[in-house]
Amino acid sequence: MARQFSISRLPGFGAIALLTFVLLYLPIIILVVFSFNENQSQSIWGGFSLRWYEAAFDNQQVRDVSIRSLWLALVASSLATILATLAALATTRVSRFKGQTIIYALINQPLMVPEVVTGIALLIVVAFIKVQTGYTGMGYLVLAHTAFCIPFAYLPIRARLETMDRTLEQAAADLYASHVQAFRYITLPLLVPGIVAGFMLGFVVSLDTVVITEFVKSAGQDTLPTYMLGQLRRAVTPEMNAIATLFLALSLCIVTLFFLVTSKRG
Amino acid sequence: MKRTIALGTAALLASTSLASAEGVVNLYNWGNYTSPEMLEKFTAETGITVNVTDFDSNDTALARVRQGGHGFDIVVPTHSYLETWINEGLLMPLDKSIVVNHGNIAPEWTDVPFDPGREYSVPWQWGTTGITVDTAVYDGNINTADIVFNPPEELKGKINVVPEMSDVMAIAIYHAGGESCTEDMEVMRKVRDTLVAAKPHWKAMDYSTVENFASGDFSAGIGWNGATMRARFQRDTVAYGYPETGFPVWMDNAAVLADAQNPENAMKFINFILEPENAAMLSNFARYANGVAESDEFLSEDMQGAPELTIPEDLVSAGKFSEACPQAVNDLQSQIWTELLQ
Amino acid sequence: MASDPNQTEERHGWKWLLATPALIVLVLAASGPLMIVVLYSFLSPGNMGGVAWEFSTDAWFRVFMRRDIFDPENVTVNQAHLAVLWRSVWLSAQTTVICAVLGFPTAWFIATRPPGQRTVWLFLITIPFWTNLLIRTFAIQEMLRNNGTINTALMWMGVINEPIPMMFTDFAVLLGMAYVFMPLMVLPLYAAMDKMDFRLVEAGYDLYASRIAVLRHVILPLVKPGFIAGSILVFIPSIGAYVTPRVLGGGQKMMLGNLIALQFGQGRNWPLGAALAMVLLIITVTALVLYLRAVNRQEDKRDG
Repeated sequence: MARQFSISRLPGFGAIALLTFVLLYLPIIILVVFSFNENQSQSIWGGFSLRWYEAAFDNQQVRDVSIRSLWLALVASSLATILATLAALATTRVSRFKGQTIIYALINQPLMVPEVVTGIALLIVVAFIKVQTGYTGMGYLVLAHTAFCIPFAYLPIRARLETMDRTLEQAAADLYASHVQAFRYITLPLLVPGIVAGFMLGFVVSLDTVVITEFVKSAGQDTLPTYMLGQLRRAVTPEMNAIATLFLALSLCIVTLFFLVTSKRG
Repeated sequence: MKRTIALGTAALLASTSLASAEGVVNLYNWGNYTSPEMLEKFTAETGITVNVTDFDSNDTALARVRQGGHGFDIVVPTHSYLETWINEGLLMPLDKSIVVNHGNIAPEWTDVPFDPGREYSVPWQWGTTGITVDTAVYDGNINTADIVFNPPEELKGKINVVPEMSDVMAIAIYHAGGESCTEDMEVMRKVRDTLVAAKPHWKAMDYSTVENFASGDFSAGIGWNGATMRARFQRDTVAYGYPETGFPVWMDNAAVLADAQNPENAMKFINFILEPENAAMLSNFARYANGVAESDEFLSEDMQGAPELTIPEDLVSAGKFSEACPQAVNDLQSQIWTELLQ
Repeated sequence: MASDPNQTEERHGWKWLLATPALIVLVLAASGPLMIVVLYSFLSPGNMGGVAWEFSTDAWFRVFMRRDIFDPENVTVNQAHLAVLWRSVWLSAQTTVICAVLGFPTAWFIATRPPGQRTVWLFLITIPFWTNLLIRTFAIQEMLRNNGTINTALMWMGVINEPIPMMFTDFAVLLGMAYVFMPLMVLPLYAAMDKMDFRLVEAGYDLYASRIAVLRHVILPLVKPGFIAGSILVFIPSIGAYVTPRVLGGGQKMMLGNLIALQFGQGRNWPLGAALAMVLLIITVTALVLYLRAVNRQEDKRDG
């Protein structure tokens, strides 16, 4: 058995990783703590209280926008992941062809334009369609968020494809009759880490997309970020800390569930 | 899981014309500005449900509604934008057979220049933009814009100016001896020089004033009266000053959109907020004054006679309705603004 | 990584069709509407926002040049715009470097966990981002303020006597942006590392016997696609960042995203906003193309 190459051989890596996690969680801990603050304040501790959770639960608008945000993020990032996987398969590990750069630029375009510009452009187009068709449902937001999530899902999947060992697939191509089977049984399982990374990025990006939503939404389609944006100019209530904490709790539940399911299977 | 998403998708996509449903009114308003209790009361009295959708700036709201296909019934623009809304035919005249409380509008808010005779709009909340000071740090005259433009030593580096271009420009122009939207280049040069010289002494240009004044991170600045009052509730040395040279007065107004899908319900809502008791509910939530007569007695105790809500007699004349400046003037101001923020 | 060029040649005939669904969505919701922005940049500003349908190149002129407000004869380079542009590029580059320096060891750490644990660590990276961006930014503000968590802790430990002013500085903006964009660096890096052949690394370790050499000659080339993806995902959105400079920078100094938003908002000059957005787009596309070219050329060299 060759000696295991572990991270202990790269001194400092573990420490830096630890530092990263600490930095990522420090503000989160602060907001969780202050969500239980009796005080109206973000900075002055006034004793333990659940009043902001009660306030959040009592507030119909807060409930609606939270659920809408989660739903939208789930749908948009799922769609974006599927489309991005297909697009990554189409553009990676093929000999260079004409138009490849254009496709690449198209896919990454939502990244390159600030949200406010995409927002204004979408407002004009979407409003026109709304007037013409009379349809003012969530479809527009789903479409806009999906488009915005595609580059975030695409890049990790592509990175994954590029570093993947091809010999297995080639062996499979020799054994199996169809490309589809080779894809189903070899490529796809190997791609999973990239797909998971892409989906998670898409999900959190959709949860944070604010300016585009602001311009595309119709009556009664506020999401959590646009609701927050509306508060920015006035006072942001600790209710928002409570909501954020609930979102964290939800994400922890999902992680735990995921962990239980995968460890059982393994 | 998949099926749940599919069902949810179908349901949400199907709920297309929320706006045309029975017993609904769609309000398009500033965020965190509508009292939920008041909405509940409205629904209990009329059976009409209110859907609130937020905007974060007058410009966004105007752009959004101009394009059409929005589905809103009521909008709450600031007075300086109201004329544009009216002139472009975006609003519907008030139906006075439903808005029978029209007479409840306080006399001084009835014949206003931006909507003479209140044909289209009714008051929602009004306030002023002035000087917020922590008197524990500074004990001089607070009714002067010099606190921000020519700060004394003890306030340097502790000043915050709300990033509201037209308000800040107006205060600076008044301070330089001009009229709002002036095209007098000598005044504007003075304005620019004052701002550029003052900026290094500012700590921030931020909206989150309540928190930062309460925590002591800010000790002076340009801000709104209602926000200053909120800060004072948390730190009682915070005071509000009205610059003697001039300060902007503003009012947000509720109006019904010309292409509203529920115009009748919208008119009922407009009528409802003109009841003194309901107007006071709005004020108690948003912490600004309303323009409805006789509503003071319903105000919460901490707001009755609050110095932030009552302009001192001798300074009333210094308060001016800020106008929306013509394009050329706005352009001039935004160039100075860009220079300031580069 | 030998590949048979003939086979790929044959396969891409139908393969690129797989990209069409994504392209349709993108053309509908991103590139198509963007044409309107191009058009708007050649029109005149409308009353109270919007555009007037009169052809004008004034917006483009104003992006680069300015007429002195008080002396219209005096035309100079628009220094305010250039300063904002430079600030944006410089802060974004720094953000990318910070994310890479912290993100690479973190991704490495995750990739070297036992397979079952990796997904959990990955989730741990993304969990903070389940909270809203604004809320998160306010929490960072809480950390940095004069009587905030960091200063209080440092003073309590006796490291400092006076609070260090951190809020509303470039440091705060950098920290906030690195925070916001960290997963965009870590996840692609991890995706590239995860199925990396660790035997290669071991062999390299046996061969070079120096950690730095292994890192340079074995690991970095292998995870390069991840680095490229991560850098693009961090650098490009940070140039147009809006919320972080506004909240943590205290809004005193604009970045390009704020300048563009100003034109579409209080500035009421949509054509100028549109033209500035096009400039941003041109910069990022150029950077992207140059970057990809350089990478491809290097790869060609290595393959040949």
